[in-house]
Amino acid sequence: MTGSLASRERATAAVPPPPARRPAGRWLADHLVLLLGILVLVYMFVPIGYIFALSFNQPSGRGATAEFESFTWSNWGSVCEPEGLCESLKLSFAVSLTATVLATLLGTLMAFALVRHSFRGRSASNLLIFLPMATPEVVMGSSLLAMFVSLGFDGVLGFVTIVIAHVMFCLSFVVVTVKARLVGMDARLEQAAMDLYANEWQTFRLVTLPLAMPGIVAAALLSFTLSFDDFIVTNFTAGQSVTFPLYVYGAKLKDFPPQLFVVGSAMFLVSFAVVIAAELWRRRRSTWSR
Amino acid sequence: MAENEADAGKDLRLERLTKRFGDFVAVDDLTLTVPRGSFFALLGPSGCGKTTTLRMVAGLEDPSAGRVLIGDQDITHLRPYKRPVNTVFQSYALFPHLSIFENVAFGLRRRGVKDYQQKTRDMLELVQLGPYGDRKPAQLSGGQQQRVALGRALINEPGVLLLDEPLGALDLKLRRQMQIELKRIQTEIDVTFVHVTHDQEEAMTMADTIAVMNHGVIEQMGAPADLYENPVTTFVANFLGQSNLIKTNVIGTSGGEIVLDCHGQKLAVAAARSHADGRSAWLGVRPEKIYASVAGVEDRTDADVLTGGRVTDVSFIGVSTQYLVAMPWGQELMVFEQNTGSRPSFRNGDEVDLMWAPDHAFLLDADQDAHAGMMRPEDRE
Repeated sequence: MTGSLASRERATAAVPPPPARRPAGRWLADHLVLLLGILVLVYMFVPIGYIFALSFNQPSGRGATAEFESFTWSNWGSVCEPEGLCESLKLSFAVSLTATVLATLLGTLMAFALVRHSFRGRSASNLLIFLPMATPEVVMGSSLLAMFVSLGFDGVLGFVTIVIAHVMFCLSFVVVTVKARLVGMDARLEQAAMDLYANEWQTFRLVTLPLAMPGIVAAALLSFTLSFDDFIVTNFTAGQSVTFPLYVYGAKLKDFPPQLFVVGSAMFLVSFAVVIAAELWRRRRSTWSR
Repeated sequence: MAENEADAGKDLRLERLTKRFGDFVAVDDLTLTVPRGSFFALLGPSGCGKTTTLRMVAGLEDPSAGRVLIGDQDITHLRPYKRPVNTVFQSYALFPHLSIFENVAFGLRRRGVKDYQQKTRDMLELVQLGPYGDRKPAQLSGGQQQRVALGRALINEPGVLLLDEPLGALDLKLRRQMQIELKRIQTEIDVTFVHVTHDQEEAMTMADTIAVMNHGVIEQMGAPADLYENPVTTFVANFLGQSNLIKTNVIGTSGGEIVLDCHGQKLAVAAARSHADGRSAWLGVRPEKIYASVAGVEDRTDADVLTGGRVTDVSFIGVSTQYLVAMPWGQELMVFEQNTGSRPSFRNGDEVDLMWAPDHAFLLDADQDAHAGMMRPEDRE
């Protein structure tokens, strides 16, 4: 009896003491990265939040102000109301789509040439491809304008000259993006296709192109964004034409219709949807793509 | 394909095939005939030219000189997709964006074979991947991918199937299994297999004929057992298994045997097993052919005997015990003994005599490097 009592006492004594209170500093240290992350996200998204908010603003005066005055849906229904806004959007889409198609086509071919073939001047080409990316846009724009004028284009500055300029600076990005994809591709896959009775064209169509496609799509998206967004080079080469960025800049100098915020919000929503869709697609295919 | 079936009845011949990359000669004046239906292995260390040879047969490398023939058809400069030859690539090169079914059907579809669907399903069954047709290659294990690669090539009924280190990416156990599997399929469908490998055990397990390559030339060609038991160069003696090479002087011949002097002790070797013509020569003996006995106890007149050995290292391997025995002239010889349990093993410092049958030894030219073909430990798999 006494023995078991003693052991019970010992058992009680063995219960661990209540844990010491964790210092507040420890909690902070554990969550510091999370807090910083949230702060960075806030920093990135607050300006975009402003665009959304102001797209529902009903300014009392003629132009938009930074003050949120009263809520309205009407801006979203009257995007084309401000004079020239929708025309500038149309021009921008036309320019960007044309430039994207041309730059992606040319750039992809250049990337294939640079990765797959050795020729005199290949390393020089590899280097020169990077130069437009490193050149300040102001310099590029002014020299393009000088070139167009001296070639006698000054009367017809507009869609064609803008596209020529945009294709030029998009090319470098396309080449670099597609090249990265091609370099990572196993050359034995194409050899295997040839070994399995696919001729050169079939090998390209059935193996090379599908495998390079993610790079080509990424390059096209990048081109479109760069082209659609461009102000500086466009400003030099547009003549009397007005693209959307030029329109926004012009509006800033006069008045600032709230419809601009509608276009901004819509563009953000579209790109957001594209990013989400791309991510879902990637996850579905991540089981095989490297 | 009709022309393929016809080609299956023909030999693969390489005539004076040469490939140079700049100043480097990868394949040097290679002449070789692979009889139809045989399982042929090109064995050699990396950089010996075996893969380049294979690629020239596949059409993926253009020969600098020489010809490749299947039967009487010269295919030296045909494009790869015009050759009745298919390849199982190292690490498989499966198309990652196509399903297993489409991977296997690829060759048939390119040639416009009508009932490719049924044939593909049959091939998936043959390589035991029936239920996996809809998967993508990355969803399969290494062994399964290997079988897809094999099926993708075999479905075309090639005249010659080329295998480039096909089992290199598999772990040891799976490799053993696939070796047996490959051999079974080859016997079943009666296609000529040309198999490139650096793994001597893999080559010996599967091939009917092995060509040992080194520096772009074939050192020796023959059945696995012939190469192993009677190598003609130090490279082959060391690259296939292990050999003791002992410096000897030729002192004469008697009754079909060559009599040798080995640091004062007299040895003999069958004249038919001599591949040396100088005054001195390397006497080669495989470690498992040597019998060690307690010094001075056994005296065999019918055997080659070397006395004065002392055990310096004992490694218990399980099936065998491997001894290092220091000889009076300083060389350490390897002796492997099966663990039959019929006698106690030796210990470090024991004095032993070594003996072997004269027709188990071989004689090689003394001007060859005794270390040629020895693999550094990091090269062994």
